[in-house]
Amino acid sequence: MRHQGIPRVVSKWLIAPILLFALYVQFHGDFGPGGGFQAGVIFAAAVVLYALIFGLQAAKQIVKPRIVETLVALGVLLYAGTGLVSLFLGYNFLDYTALDPDNAPHGQHLGIFLVELGVGITVAAVMIAIFFSFAGRRRLR
Amino acid sequence: MIDMHLPILLIVVPLVSAPLCVLLRQKTLVWAFASLVCVASLGIASMLLIRVLEEGVISYAIGGWIAPWGIEYRVDTINAFVLLLVSIIAAVLMFFALPSVADEISGKQHYLFYTAYLLCFTGLMGIAITGDAFNVFVFLEISSLSSYTLIALGRDRRALTASYQYLIMGTLGATFIVIGIGLMYMMTGTLNMFDLSERLPAMFETRTAMVAFAFLTVGMLIKLAMFPMHMWLPNAYCYAPSLVTAFLAATATKVSIYVFLRFTFTVWGAEFVFEKLKLDAFLIPLSLIGIYVASLSAIYQTNIKRLLAYSSVAQIGYMMLGIGFVSITGLTGGIVHLFNHALMKAALFLSVGCAVLRLGSSDLADWKGLGRRMPVTMAAFVLAGLSLIGVPLTVGFVSKWYLILAALEKGWWPIALLALLSSLLAVIYVWRVVEVAYFQKADDDSNVKEAPLMMQISMWVLTGATLYFGIQTDLTVNVAQRAAGLLLGVTP
Repeated sequence: MRHQGIPRVVSKWLIAPILLFALYVQFHGDFGPGGGFQAGVIFAAAVVLYALIFGLQAAKQIVKPRIVETLVALGVLLYAGTGLVSLFLGYNFLDYTALDPDNAPHGQHLGIFLVELGVGITVAAVMIAIFFSFAGRRRLR
Repeated sequence: MIDMHLPILLIVVPLVSAPLCVLLRQKTLVWAFASLVCVASLGIASMLLIRVLEEGVISYAIGGWIAPWGIEYRVDTINAFVLLLVSIIAAVLMFFALPSVADEISGKQHYLFYTAYLLCFTGLMGIAITGDAFNVFVFLEISSLSSYTLIALGRDRRALTASYQYLIMGTLGATFIVIGIGLMYMMTGTLNMFDLSERLPAMFETRTAMVAFAFLTVGMLIKLAMFPMHMWLPNAYCYAPSLVTAFLAATATKVSIYVFLRFTFTVWGAEFVFEKLKLDAFLIPLSLIGIYVASLSAIYQTNIKRLLAYSSVAQIGYMMLGIGFVSITGLTGGIVHLFNHALMKAALFLSVGCAVLRLGSSDLADWKGLGRRMPVTMAAFVLAGLSLIGVPLTVGFVSKWYLILAALEKGWWPIALLALLSSLLAVIYVWRVVEVAYFQKADDDSNVKEAPLMMQISMWVLTGATLYFGIQTDLTVNVAQRAAGLLLGVTP
């Protein structure tokens, strides 16, 4: 689709707002609809759109498969790590009060924020990884 | 302080280690790390069992949210026993893993293999430890999804279709389970198992309760490969990598049986399930038919892995038969068999794995003269095979003894007789392998080396365990008896 003018121009316009919207859904998820899962999918959609228009190779240059794989792992680690921090601070696993014992609601807020960020990172990376592996398959002749 | 957090550490340690494996990447390093994690889990699981036997039920509130609002991990004798079993198998198999995975999985995928292995392990442990009905489903999916991946990594291309078939059936089962849990939640407004068991009796007369129970039970029976819902199992076990076959055969169906026990006895209660709905009238005949049909199919297999897979379906029949008796002795037999069968089937699949490493095939025809070519491996196969038949001094005898005792206790001597006769079928299918391996001459006389020491360690630890627990039955039978008493609500 590289040579088609309209999709090229429109997607160039769209990709940045899509990424921005993903971040909005991610970080505004505490107050409105949204959260890590939805945000991750939206973020990955921007990468998928880029790959569809400008080709898989170009997309892989921007989002390196090796980094995608690392991000899959890092998101889970961020989630579980948040839980472990509260464990080390003497609270139960994933008890976010530990993050700010003097102000429990703030601790809970921070905990959810970090955990959702972990979810967002992993979901986005997994979606991109799935797309890459399917798009990278060569047709059998 | 760490004592308090044992239940969650048992899950979090392997869960965190799985993504760390992805970051480590280097083959041997990942293996060493995964082994360390499995051994640590084994340590935690043994500490938990000891504490449960001393102090009784341990409860852990995740995130500090007290049950029934939050997710609760609840460890009692039954699941402490299952947790120990799964972690023993996972840890012992790690020795076998190094050479076997190096041989069967392409080098670039090793770290992903161990990641999936640890995730599967996490899922199975999670199913066993949680006291929350929906959490069971979540962990069920974690373990299932990773086991589909593990099976698909098999060398044979048919591993892909086997894995896909398992995916379809597994998803069907999981969907049924979640529909059942959803209906239970709708009726009672709670997902905590203990809370459910208190609130459900008020709903027993409603049709929703029946439908919920039906969905849940059928879902669980698919997952544990009860005849006639076992069709996914033989292919999955046959084409998966050797290590995966041994691991899944020893743990996945066993954990599913635990889920069945937990839901039928703890959540719904034996009175509703067996006195009102008469599930035993359905369970006992199906188990018996399953034992016979699967054993007969095993006899006609030409691939040893597939033969053992059919034998697994038959053995699941014995466990369900024991459960179907709904008595202390019957449940003891079922639970002991759950443990014992895990040991012997893992030992058998490991010896097959050793042969596959050297011969590259688990076809019966290729095993001619193997008794002379790989005597140590075949010796382990024969010893574990004796267990499968139920020869005295092996674990197989102990569990069959309790099953038959339970049948006689009820005065159902035809069932006792049928269970005894079915052992003869096991004699036939084990003998087929023995005959080919010991009494037929190999087609080519090229020398075959024994499997590497690492693989033999795993194989012999498990084979030794089948003999040890066959003679020293205190631990297994006592724990199983206590677990059975707990399930039936009586203290023996």
